[in-house]
Amino acid sequence: MRTFFFYLGSILVGAALFAFARWSGNDYLFFAGYTVLQFVVLATAWNILGGYCGYVNFGSAAFFAAGAYSTVALHKLGANVDRYFPQELAGIAKLVMPLNVPTLIIIGGIVSGLIGLGTGYLTLRLRGAFFAIATLALAVVLQTLIVNWDFVGGSRGAYIIRPSEVPIFGNYIQYLFAIMIVLSIVALAAARTIERSRLGYGFATIRDDELAAEACGVPTLKLKLVATTISGALMGMAGAPFPYYIGYLEPGSAFGLAYAVNSIAMPMIGGTTSWVGPLIGALLLGIAQQYIIVTISSAVGVLVVGLMLIIFVIGAPKGIVGLVQDFMRAGAKADGTPSWRSRLAIFANMRPGAR
Amino acid sequence: MADALLHVENLGKRFGGFVALDGINLEVAPGERVGLIGPNGSGKSTLVNCMCGTLANESGSVRFDGHQMNGLPAHQRTHRGMARSFQLPRPFHTLSVAENLRIPLLYSAHGSRGRHLTQAESATRCEELAGLVGLAPKLHRLPRDLTQVEMRKLELARAIAADPKLLIADESMAGLSHSEVDDIVNLLLTLNSRGITVVMIEHIMRAVMAFSQRLVVLVSGKKIADGKPDDVVNNPEVIGAYLGQ
Amino acid sequence: MELLINAIIAGLLLGGFYAAVTVGVSISFGILDIVNIAHPAFIILGAYIAYIVNQTLGLDPILTAVIALPAFYALGAVVYQVYYQSFEKHGQDALRGLAFFFGLLFVTEVLLILVFGVDYRYVTASYIDQTLHFGFVDLPLRMLIPCAISLAMLAMLQLYLSRTFTGRAIMAVSQDQLALRLMAADPTKIKRIAFAISIATASLAGSFLIVIQPVEPSVGREYIGRVFAICVLGGLQSLPGTVIAAMLLGIVESITATFYGPSWAPAVAFGFLLLTLAFRPAGLLGR
Repeated sequence: MRTFFFYLGSILVGAALFAFARWSGNDYLFFAGYTVLQFVVLATAWNILGGYCGYVNFGSAAFFAAGAYSTVALHKLGANVDRYFPQELAGIAKLVMPLNVPTLIIIGGIVSGLIGLGTGYLTLRLRGAFFAIATLALAVVLQTLIVNWDFVGGSRGAYIIRPSEVPIFGNYIQYLFAIMIVLSIVALAAARTIERSRLGYGFATIRDDELAAEACGVPTLKLKLVATTISGALMGMAGAPFPYYIGYLEPGSAFGLAYAVNSIAMPMIGGTTSWVGPLIGALLLGIAQQYIIVTISSAVGVLVVGLMLIIFVIGAPKGIVGLVQDFMRAGAKADGTPSWRSRLAIFANMRPGAR
Repeated sequence: MADALLHVENLGKRFGGFVALDGINLEVAPGERVGLIGPNGSGKSTLVNCMCGTLANESGSVRFDGHQMNGLPAHQRTHRGMARSFQLPRPFHTLSVAENLRIPLLYSAHGSRGRHLTQAESATRCEELAGLVGLAPKLHRLPRDLTQVEMRKLELARAIAADPKLLIADESMAGLSHSEVDDIVNLLLTLNSRGITVVMIEHIMRAVMAFSQRLVVLVSGKKIADGKPDDVVNNPEVIGAYLGQ
Repeated sequence: MELLINAIIAGLLLGGFYAAVTVGVSISFGILDIVNIAHPAFIILGAYIAYIVNQTLGLDPILTAVIALPAFYALGAVVYQVYYQSFEKHGQDALRGLAFFFGLLFVTEVLLILVFGVDYRYVTASYIDQTLHFGFVDLPLRMLIPCAISLAMLAMLQLYLSRTFTGRAIMAVSQDQLALRLMAADPTKIKRIAFAISIATASLAGSFLIVIQPVEPSVGREYIGRVFAICVLGGLQSLPGTVIAAMLLGIVESITATFYGPSWAPAVAFGFLLLTLAFRPAGLLGR
């Protein structure tokens, strides 16, 4: 029943967001909203591996950029079919290309998912610290590869021209915004489903005590690979529409540090144990950052996020969700009957006292 | 021993220069009740770790239920029917007692049934298991709300939850009261009567003597005695190394 | 052929510098098991301090770093206390400790950007433009001097760790804390000293950095991979291993930059790291 309300609620909220932005008549809201929703996906994706399994990924930018650059590569292929395809295939290619954004999203997801799987396979047998360091390495290796790959523009960058026809919405940025709403819902739904499933329990045991998990029969390596793949795939899906959003993609912005910091800070500040945490973190920090970027500077915006991360990690380790849970627990009655606080907690899948 | 359930042959394990296990040979027959005793640091837990796959042995082999276990990760050995409790309890600290018990149900217990348990069956089984060790009132509490003794009971219950053919109970009774020790011994005897082979590692001699059909003594990584409990406790070497007089 | 030999020699000199950069992490990660990924931030801080003093007072950067050693030592002690109080004391999961250091790394970089901007900064000193020539072999002084001082620093550290009581206590704390306590040494204090030493090395490493190349705030991040690659490759607790691994990496990077172009250089270290982690995590000399 709660699941039904989740889907209904999220679709309604998404539709309301879109309607509000449209009513405001200001395209800026679509641009800013797209960025914030992008972070919702990234934060949720990060949390599947970081919060649920306890394995820190410092290279979110790599997975995000892999999705973005798959799109760039395919876009270039599609724009120059005759140059890159042999004559027999050119005809078929012209029918399919240029690929539409949903298809690009799926391809971006597959590419990043495979990268996640590969990185995981190389390093997940080792301690979590080594995995974290390896993800840092991955980001730099990938960036160096892209910088040296002229087909996608190398260090000069690539211009991506938006298609002239726009399905349904007429305005391309509104179309991208709507897609990002759907992608956010998909990511949140995935996280929520995992959390409540057998897989989610397995992830939790990996986070709590990997040795005991193995002894209980949990195939830890396999589950870690699943988490890395899903997490990477979602990040790649978030990155796939990015070239169309930004128009000009160069490695510095695609691999920007802001992605790594935000995808760690947002779940850790929001709370890592539930799907609600990354959502809260992304909304709060994303909107705050947009405001600061416009009023002060983007460097200060990112600085604020970094400082908040340090403060929360030291002072409020369970994040905003944890603070709320403590608030709920504080209102618990002695005889165990549910208070309004605990009823609220149960609705949001934040059960005080248990998980 | 013909058709031993567990066959440990010439098992060796070192930590750097320190030899923790030196050529251990051990056989456990199906349905047997074996007690494993020895001074602290003699390698009992290391032996368990190597048998169950938590640690990799450098030499020798472990055969369980007719299959070679060398190289198999711990979770697969648990699937084949080997379960163990940890000497120092290792509960999943963000999960409740019930959820802790559920993990082996979700990931191991299907082996003997051929299918996974339903939600309802799981919940019932968790209550049952908690009841077996006297943790029923704390079913929904977190491990940090448990006493040391209760955490040991949770350890044992969690190992039982995996529906094992062989249960290795590593010092499950430390700190228990006289009657609690009796309860656990009776629990293990009941499990054994249902066909579960049990290896009990303990320091409480009263429990070990009451429970074991066979007694194995480990000292400084070597097996120095293996036989009927009465014979072993009167073995001068065992008395000198461990029992004292 | 001459090009190759010069590339190798440049690599060796570079490796000497890399060893100085890495030794701090060899101590904090190899010995104390603290994943201080913010170490490059302290190095960059050291570089910028050397820059400011060089600009205003004209002091030699390496000399500045030596004078700044006590300040960096104190900073390291403070950071360790915060880390210990917040994370280690309660045995919390490694996730938060990592996030903490990541936050530090990040905030340092952004603050430097806000204060100094993204322009490259460099120092002036008499030896920076000079090169010694031996036949076809070129030895730029700006690489030779840091390399020499770095190796001297490492030799002193190795002596300290193997001959003095505190030094040996530091090595012991990674192996057996209980035994250490029984020897009337407080493990926490020992670890704090070790961590403070590791941050102090960053002061010198920072001055080496700005002598060798111009710096801007994001340069620190390039070094994370190098530092951990060398650390792991060299075998986590071995200082000699660190030097060997650093030289090896320096040579490979130098040859890559000379024959394939400098834009591939960053990938070398990280590629090393990934390969080492995947195939020989115990490092060259093992543990």
